[in-house]
Amino acid sequence: MAEQSTVTFIITRQDGPDSAPYEETFEIPYRTNMNVISGLMEIRSNPVNAKGEKTTPVMWDMNCLEEVCGACSMVINGTARQSCAALVDQLEQPIRLEPMSTFPVVRDLIIDRERMFDALKQIKAWIPIDGTHDLGPGPRMPEKKRQWAYELSKCMTCGVCLEACPNVNDKSNFIGPAALSQARLFNAHPTGEMNASDRLSGLMEDGGIDGCGNSQNCVQVCPKGIPLTTSIAAMNRATNIQAFKNFFGSDNAY
Amino acid sequence: MAEQREFFYRRLHSFLGIVPIGIFLVQHLVVNHFAVYGEESFNQAAGFMAGLPFVLLLEIVVIYLPILFHAVLGVYIVFTAKNNVSRYGFFRNWMFKIQRYTGIITLIFLVWHVFETRVQIGLGNAELDYSLMEGILTNPFMFWFYLIGVVSAVFHFANGLWSFLVTWGITQSPKSQQISTYACIVVFLVVSYLGVRTLLTFAYGI
Repeated sequence: MAEQSTVTFIITRQDGPDSAPYEETFEIPYRTNMNVISGLMEIRSNPVNAKGEKTTPVMWDMNCLEEVCGACSMVINGTARQSCAALVDQLEQPIRLEPMSTFPVVRDLIIDRERMFDALKQIKAWIPIDGTHDLGPGPRMPEKKRQWAYELSKCMTCGVCLEACPNVNDKSNFIGPAALSQARLFNAHPTGEMNASDRLSGLMEDGGIDGCGNSQNCVQVCPKGIPLTTSIAAMNRATNIQAFKNFFGSDNAY
Repeated sequence: MAEQREFFYRRLHSFLGIVPIGIFLVQHLVVNHFAVYGEESFNQAAGFMAGLPFVLLLEIVVIYLPILFHAVLGVYIVFTAKNNVSRYGFFRNWMFKIQRYTGIITLIFLVWHVFETRVQIGLGNAELDYSLMEGILTNPFMFWFYLIGVVSAVFHFANGLWSFLVTWGITQSPKSQQISTYACIVVFLVVSYLGVRTLLTFAYGI
């Protein structure tokens, strides 16, 4: 690999949300320890394709560059992952970059993940602590539980699980794995628990948890190793119990 | 409160697949397996089932309506999936895809099978006995059609049993889901054996 002088990228580009996608090939000089983003930066500084024609710089999204923000997800050689953590030395050449197909493309590799944030609203993935007066400190969380919940809190809304899920597509309204696990995280929090049924209602709404078909791709591809399928099964149990409570239970099935 | 109808329908779909449809499937194959013990045993067992009180009502409530609901929603579910095993070739993703394919195969098989047996018996064109099935299955094409149909139905049931356990939140941990995978493979093999063994008896008299 050290002898290699150039790196070839084949990038699926799209000029705008409504224009047709096309492929463009770039050959850029190889440097040691390159990742996909440094390759894209190289293209940006000299936007000339492999045919030697001057073109527009390839657009992509990025932020933290250390696999915690989730912004730079794209499909690299067929697999959805973060481009910041994709090292050129470990990738087969030519490196094919595509935008994640589950999401609407804004331009080139930039996609709109708004549906994931809408999903978090649907399941109320926050802890309501605002009141008209000081509510005082909430209940304490046991340390062991905190350590467990920390794993779930690593979700960065990157969209890789939605991209891999066969049931998240334009024919279905399935909310996707990420939000299901977030409902479990916030329902496990000692203060968040006080609104657990609101989140479960969000999961039971149309396009909620019921769209899961147990293909279990999500847990295989999650870059953070979140136990998504365990979360889904746990939320399946919780929503079923809530549904029975709502129907058969007394009037305080909160 | 927003609509929760989909949630209810999908849970009902999962439930009906096992109770009563899955139970009926196993029962049906066990009763048919009497054919292996001889023509007389089969006619007696099938005659007992057909002679149950309120048999038409039982059939409608326990078999026809649940299967109709399961099939209609099931076909919709098949068409909302976008299979991606070429990119994500994990075991469970394959099972997801095969579950959908076997569902469609089972539906096609079932429509033909019900038309050829229950409907013809109901219309008085056929008698429910050993020779009816023998007549159908000695045709090699029909034998293979039945073989694929029965194995598809049993696979759909066994894999559906696995996802039933997940959908109802019974198996949550990866380990329990792994062990239930093995258990469902055993269910698949055992129930498939019952079905295929019976088909062989009808077709080749062995």
